[in-house]
Formats: sequence, structure tokens, C-alpha cells
Amino acid sequence: MSASVLDLRNLSVRFTTPDGDVAAVSELSLSVGKGECLGIVGESGSGKSQTFLAAMGLLAHNGHAVGEAIFGGVNLVAADESTLNGLRGDKLAMIFQDPMTSLTPHMKVGHQLTEVLVRHRNLKSTAARDRAIAMLRRVQIPEPERRFEMYPHELSGGLRQRVMIAMALLCGPELIIADEPTTALDVTIQAQILDLIRRAKEELGTAVILITHDLGVVAGMADRVAVMYAGRIVELGDVHQIFNAPQHPYTKGLLACTPRLDDATASALVTIPGQPPNLQRLPKGCAYHPRCQNVMDRCRAEKPPLMSAGGGGLKACFLENFGRFQAGAVVP
Amino acid sequence: MWSYFARRVAIGIPTLWAIITVCFFMMRLTPGGPFDGEAPVPPEILANLRARFHLDDPLWRQYLDYVANLLRGDFGPSFKYRDFNVTTLIAQGFPVSLQNGFSALVIAIMIGVPLGIFAALGQNTRRDYMVSAVAMTGIVIPNFIMGHVLILVFGVWLKDSVFHLPAGGWADGALSNRVLPVFCLSLPYIAYLVRITRGGMIEAMRANYIRTARAKGLPFRLVVLRHALKSALIPVVTFLGPATAFLLTGSMVVETIFQIPGIGRYFVQGALNRDYTLVMGVTILSAALIIAMNLIVDLLYSLLDPRVRYEGKR
Repeated sequence: MSASVLDLRNLSVRFTTPDGDVAAVSELSLSVGKGECLGIVGESGSGKSQTFLAAMGLLAHNGHAVGEAIFGGVNLVAADESTLNGLRGDKLAMIFQDPMTSLTPHMKVGHQLTEVLVRHRNLKSTAARDRAIAMLRRVQIPEPERRFEMYPHELSGGLRQRVMIAMALLCGPELIIADEPTTALDVTIQAQILDLIRRAKEELGTAVILITHDLGVVAGMADRVAVMYAGRIVELGDVHQIFNAPQHPYTKGLLACTPRLDDATASALVTIPGQPPNLQRLPKGCAYHPRCQNVMDRCRAEKPPLMSAGGGGLKACFLENFGRFQAGAVVP
Repeated sequence: MWSYFARRVAIGIPTLWAIITVCFFMMRLTPGGPFDGEAPVPPEILANLRARFHLDDPLWRQYLDYVANLLRGDFGPSFKYRDFNVTTLIAQGFPVSLQNGFSALVIAIMIGVPLGIFAALGQNTRRDYMVSAVAMTGIVIPNFIMGHVLILVFGVWLKDSVFHLPAGGWADGALSNRVLPVFCLSLPYIAYLVRITRGGMIEAMRANYIRTARAKGLPFRLVVLRHALKSALIPVVTFLGPATAFLLTGSMVVETIFQIPGIGRYFVQGALNRDYTLVMGVTILSAALIIAMNLIVDLLYSLLDPRVRYEGKR
């Protein structure tokens, strides 16, 4: 793999709440290569968003990150605000989940775009305007000159998310973190938005971190996938491996939950029994063990470390040859 | 927007008429009358007085006469200050109250809003607690106490120093005579504005679009001033509408303490004396101001939030 763009090393995120501290992310290590698309999958509360908000320096007031997030030789976790501000919006961009609330309602779309160029490229307003309109055209917004003068509430959700993407692409970032970029959108719009992100990746060589709970999104976009559970990575591997031969029972469970139309034998919707754990009272041992169908005594006592899963992947599970073991039940 | 404006003004007229009517009959329903003093007036004189002021006419007739006079801009004679009519009293007192109230308003905004932002941006830190504590003190100390404390400090204790300020009186609006009453008027408004601005700012800074603005690498100052301030000011503007109307029509307490010839005292004196026309005059004035201020507030909303539109056409 080529040199990495973002390197997370032992990154932990804690939140101070009135009910005590919550460990949202625990000693997570992960790297994203140049031009790579890394999918981050997990249920709500698995820490997938907080991991990267921490890297962006955008945690809520009560959040606190320790560890390292190396980007361009800078540890983002320890960097001061002005260093972060020099990188954010320029080399490091983020697209948020809810385009309805993520744009400033009282500012025209155009101004919200040009201020990025004025900030990072020192452009004069006319030059910034031309660049911004060109970018709006590039993300396939019809009549960009007219939209430029509009307020966010005058645009549809899909157009707003295009504006967010244009905003992220303005300075040609090395890494885009897309936090559930399609969750709030109509299904028909989702594919178009993903296509835009894919094109940005291919045309600009931008690395993309795609945070989602939608496995379908990941399957079509990602090169590698990290599956998160209770603030940790439980499986990391090539997208084909994750989908074809998942090595962790949780990954397998997630895949089984995705409804399939082409499988006549599937009569009912499958769920993973139980609830995601309370981060303040994580079960001893493997956090997934109360919901795991393959639970062993060892899982209740010991926390499984990330270990090789074969094929270059990693898994945090004590089960040997999980994929084959599952297959063995059906095919001798 | 202009048609909206015109329609709101048009709605204001029947509103004002309703206030006038309700107020007129409520005043007449209160026991006693303008000529009931400590010493009873002989019945013949009372009858003459009542005839002189048309109080012996049937009530509906008095009402129609009053409204007809109003339409000609005549608020009628004062029952208590017999050498004056109400129009004169208001014309003399209102500019004084207006000047003091406006100064207090400007001071309150200039101090309260920045302090509120300052407190909000350090939410739950020491500076927030200090600002909020001072603001809370400003709210809980009533101005009849604050006024006397100010007089004691600046009028009496500091009498021989450069900080001496007159303890009262107006002296035709000399600056030194204005300082204490204006300050006393503005204090509770500073305090309220601090709290409202702080709340609005904290709320605004939590919005998703603030996170977007920060993700763009904008310096914190720009994030606050460009992205957060406008929505933070919406509750402030809401508060300022009626607050302005109250401030401009004078404060009975402050004007009494500092012996200022404004119209604030007429509210109370007029009501106590059953000075029907005077009460009506000041009530109509403040009602008209409140209606006007609410209209201005509604128009300001559209400047702060482009989603607010009038008429439903874009």
C-alpha cells in the first residue's frame, strides 16, 4: 500500500457526562492510504463518527481525545486550533450527514463557498466566485450562477449535499471524511451523491473515508472496510473479503441483516439479537459476546486483540477459521 | 414586504381602538372619581365640576365625544392638572422620557450583548459564571433600591470628589443630571440582555452549521461573527421590541426617585387620581409604541433569517 494520508494510532475518545465518563473510542489504530476509499461501518454509537470528528478537532465540548492522528506529519489530536484551521477546509475536508442543518441558514450558498477560498487561497472575491461556480457546475448543480445567490433553504436536500461536496472539494483536499453523506437523502439521490464522491476520488486522487451504517454504500465505494463495535475495530479488510468471507461474527451478523431480494429462502428480516452495549458498562471480555452466537468461555473473560485474519485482514475474535467454520455447518 | 407593512399598520388601528375602548370603560368602572379628594367637595361644586368636564353626560356620549376628540388629536383636559390638557402634559414629558429611555436602551445593548456573547463563548468557565452572577444581581436588585444606592454613592458619599453627580432633578437635561437615572434605567436591561444573548449564542454555537464552518478552517472569530451571531440575536430582538416600548415611555420608579419630569410618573399618578384622560393618554401612547415595536421586530426577523418571508411569495 502506498504512503498513508491519515494514520490513527491508539486514538481514544472520552466524553465527560453528568453520569460519568464514556469511552466512545478505545485505542483505535487505522490508516488510510493515498487515494484510497476506506469504509467505516458500524451501528449508531459504535464510535465511527467520533473517531473522525476527533481527528478533525471537532469534538463536542465535553469530548476529549488522546492518542495520535497523523496527517501530513502533524498530530491532529495535539495540534492547536490555528494549525487545525490551516488544514481544515484545505487539505482535510469533511462532509456531514444532514445537509438540511449543516449549511448556515442566513448566508447565501455562494458566500459559504467563497469564504473557503478566501481563507485558504487568498482569492479576491471575483476569482473566488468563478472558482465556486465552476465547482458547483462540477458537482452537477444546474444553473450554478443562480444557485450561487440562493439561501440554503431554497435548495433541495440533494442540492444542499452537492453544495457540501463542492465546499469540501474547493481546495482539492488530500482527504475527505464523509460522515453518512447519504443517510438523510432520498434513495434516488443517494446514488448520485455517491457517484460524485467516487468521481472526486478518481479524478483528484483524494482519499475518502466513508462513514456509514449502510453496507450497500460501502460495497459499491470502498477499497477497504473497517467494522466498528463499541468503540473498537472488530474487523478490517479488503472489501471483497469483508463481504464474501467475513471473519468476525458481528460482520457476519451485519451482512445477514441486509435484506436481499435475490434470495428466495430469506423469508423474514434478520436482526442481531440484543442491543448495542452501554459504553459506560461494557461487558467484560469481548464487547460483542452477549450477542454473539459463537460465544466461548474465553470471550467472556478476555478482550480479543486485533489479529491476522488471513488475506491481509484483521479481526478481533478468538474463533479460528470462522468463515470455514460457518460454511462447514452447511457444506461438509 | 411593503404590502405586509401596510397591512400590519392597518391591523394596528383596530387594535388600538380596542385598547382605547376597553381602557375607557375600565377606568369608568373603577370606584371613585377624579374629584374625590381627602376632603369631600360640596355637592353643588361637584355638580358644577362634573358639568364642566361633561361627566354628567351618559357614558356612551362621553365615549363618543372622547373618540371624536382623539381623532382630532385632542387627548382632552387633565382632571388633576387643571391648567393643562393631556396633550400638553405628554408633549412636555414624553421627550424627556424618550431621551432617557433611548440612552438607556443604547447603553444596555452596547454592554449587554457583547457581555452575553463573551459569557456564552466561555460557557461554564469562570468568566461565564462571573458575568452571569453580575447579570443575575442586576435582575434581582429592584431599581428603587439601585436608584437610592446610586444617589447615596454618587450624590452623597462622593459629594466632594470629581465623581459627584447630582442626586436628582433635571436641570433642563444637563448631562450630569442624566447619568444616574439613565444608568439606573439600563441596569436591569443590561442584565436581561446578557442572559438572553448568552442563551441565544450557546444555542447558535451548537448548530450543525457551526461545525461545518469550523470544518472549513475559518478562524473562531469569523465562525462566531459571521455564522453564529445572526441566529443568536433572534431572541434578543424578540425581547427588545416590547422592552424598547417600556423604556421609551419612562419609568415611574426612576423618574420619581430622580425627580425627572418625564411621563412615567403619569401612569401611576393618573391612575391614583382617577385622572381619566391622563391615563387614557399615556396608555394610548404606550400601546401605539408597543404595536410599532412589534412590527419593527417582525421586520428585523427577516434581516436575521432569510427563511422568514412575508406574503409567501419569494
